[in-house]
Amino acid sequence: MHVHPYERMWIRLSAVLLVVFGIAIAVSSLALGVTIPGATPRSVATGLPADATPSQGWVRELGPGRYEVNLVARMWGFEPNVIRVPKGSTVTFYVHSQDVLHGFKIKDTTVSMMAIPGQVGRASYTFEEPGEYLYVCHEYCGLGHHVMSGKVIVE
Amino acid sequence: MANAASYRVPAGDRRLILAYIGIALAHLAVGILLGFMQGMEHAGIDLYKYTFLAHYYQGLSMHGVYNALVFTTFFIAGFLHFAVTHSFQRPMKWPALSWVTFWLMTAGLLMVDWALLTNRASVLYTSYAPLQAHWAYYLGLVLIVVGTLLILANMVATYLAWRRESPGQRTPLPAFGALVTMIMWGMASLGIAVQFIFLLLPWSLGWTDRIDPLISRTLFWFTGHPLVYFWLLPAYTSWYFMLPKQAGGKLFSEPLARLAFLLFIPLSLPVGFHHQFLDPGVSTGYKGIHAFLTFAVFMPSMITAFTVLASLELGGRARGGKGLLGWIRTLPWGDPSFTLQALAMVLFALGGVSGLVNASYNLNLVVHNTMFVPGHFHLTVGTAVALTFMAVAYWLVPYLTGKKLWGRKAAVVQGWLWFIGMAIMSRGMSWAGLMGVPRRTALGQAPYVLPEWLTAFNWMALGGAILTVSGVLFFTVLIMTALRGQPAAEGEVDVPLAEPLEDEAVPTYLDRFRPWVIGAAVLVLLAYGPAVVQLVSVANPVSPGFRPY
Repeated sequence: MHVHPYERMWIRLSAVLLVVFGIAIAVSSLALGVTIPGATPRSVATGLPADATPSQGWVRELGPGRYEVNLVARMWGFEPNVIRVPKGSTVTFYVHSQDVLHGFKIKDTTVSMMAIPGQVGRASYTFEEPGEYLYVCHEYCGLGHHVMSGKVIVE
Repeated sequence: MANAASYRVPAGDRRLILAYIGIALAHLAVGILLGFMQGMEHAGIDLYKYTFLAHYYQGLSMHGVYNALVFTTFFIAGFLHFAVTHSFQRPMKWPALSWVTFWLMTAGLLMVDWALLTNRASVLYTSYAPLQAHWAYYLGLVLIVVGTLLILANMVATYLAWRRESPGQRTPLPAFGALVTMIMWGMASLGIAVQFIFLLLPWSLGWTDRIDPLISRTLFWFTGHPLVYFWLLPAYTSWYFMLPKQAGGKLFSEPLARLAFLLFIPLSLPVGFHHQFLDPGVSTGYKGIHAFLTFAVFMPSMITAFTVLASLELGGRARGGKGLLGWIRTLPWGDPSFTLQALAMVLFALGGVSGLVNASYNLNLVVHNTMFVPGHFHLTVGTAVALTFMAVAYWLVPYLTGKKLWGRKAAVVQGWLWFIGMAIMSRGMSWAGLMGVPRRTALGQAPYVLPEWLTAFNWMALGGAILTVSGVLFFTVLIMTALRGQPAAEGEVDVPLAEPLEDEAVPTYLDRFRPWVIGAAVLVLLAYGPAVVQLVSVANPVSPGFRPY
């Protein structure tokens, strides 16, 4: 097949561009640790506090500067909707939905995922800067979708 | 095949094509109006209380379904029926089936309309379970999809009949584009066929109690991404095979054009997980494979960018354009059909770039389900596709009705207004998305809205308002054409058919569909098979239906 030399060059450049993008993605996910949710187990995280029920959200300190949050999304709120951690904490979020699809996105972080009934989402993030981090539901979940939010307060 | 451009499609087919396009445009009109209301809502002006709509999300469901499903599907049904009958210069193999198909799709559409208008299906266009709609909504959509498969069957039968009648000839290009579109779509529809018939419909009727939302969602996106190529390929059919003629040029490379189309058959399909990067329960390995394949499907679009632009340059130079960029000025900017498509391409380039961002695996963390995503697809389906279909309507409606286009200048202005309005609205959306604003949200009522977001919301509202003016102008031109258009003389509204620059030999594999279909099936099995087996083996049907709207 005859291909014009300019067009051949264009096709090659396009391919090179995509390879460069692919390398950037590979480096950021494999070497820099910017990861997306995968096939995590579907159980609620272990270590249920004595005063909590499996359908409740809670925050637990695992060790110095390490926290685990079990976050429950339901129409139309998050539980807990305020999370306080000290500056520099690494927080692992386990996200559960109790009714329809929800989303969970913490502004200005790499934490973002879908909350799907029957699945448990997991993401970790280290909060280096103090401040208030808004989190919102980013999947339509019915009439009250737009009121579903909370915040991480880093002190 | 002498004098292809002036071949008249028989009157019965013209009526059928007009009926499809009429239904498509009627729904587009409603869809545009609802888009205007959404823009105003984000700027803090609630127009819903003046209508019968229950709330923002009912309007949003209608906006998505009417614009992205009904307008596209019905317009494509009409346009591709035209492309096939006109290119082959013969009636469809089964003319009666064409009308049966039309009425089946229309019946399905009436069910969808009823459910949406009565707030029984405010589940948005993605129909994500466990949100549950009335069964009539699901059944209506099934009938529409079945209709598209009957169109595919009829087209393939017509193609085979033409092959027998015309040995040794290459498939004429518009029919070739139509066939690629429908064959790809036929394979892609498998996902929602299974999802709607075996999961959603029995569940909404109460025959089954519970559903696995992740499996339902995976089946949706199996179809959901190829669906965008189902919208796009008819626009490409116009850009490659018709627009060069309107620009006074020729198709720069016929073999590469055919190759780009055929590549869409295997590459459109195994990419659905890029909509599910942030789904727990799907392995990162398969997400990575789908990210890679999504990059691959970018290649035929890059070929398109070069070939189509080179074809237009031939036109600009043939019309006296000189120098590096002088040919752009000499293109027929007074012709609405040309202008709309040229502007559609400009914004499509930006849409392609933002699409790459979305598809870039972990970069998706930044933009997933934010306003960045509607910022992207209003450039693609909302401009590349919608503006091109409007451009096609500007010559096809005169061709079908035998009347000259009313208000050519108004039509050109309409195209520019769409271009400007969309550039502004999409800019606002993309910006808002990068600041973390969620999509599909009644932002005007959201208590958490931050002051820094408000300027972007106003961009969206302003862009939406300009788009609405453009929409009103578009419908004015078409309605006035129908009512007041001057009768066209014989040969005055010919079909624009581009000729290839060089009448070179085309390898046989670029004029056959079977190897590409087989390749697509293999690729789908590899990219989806094990992941789907895994999802089904640990199926977790936990969800009853919810109707919180």
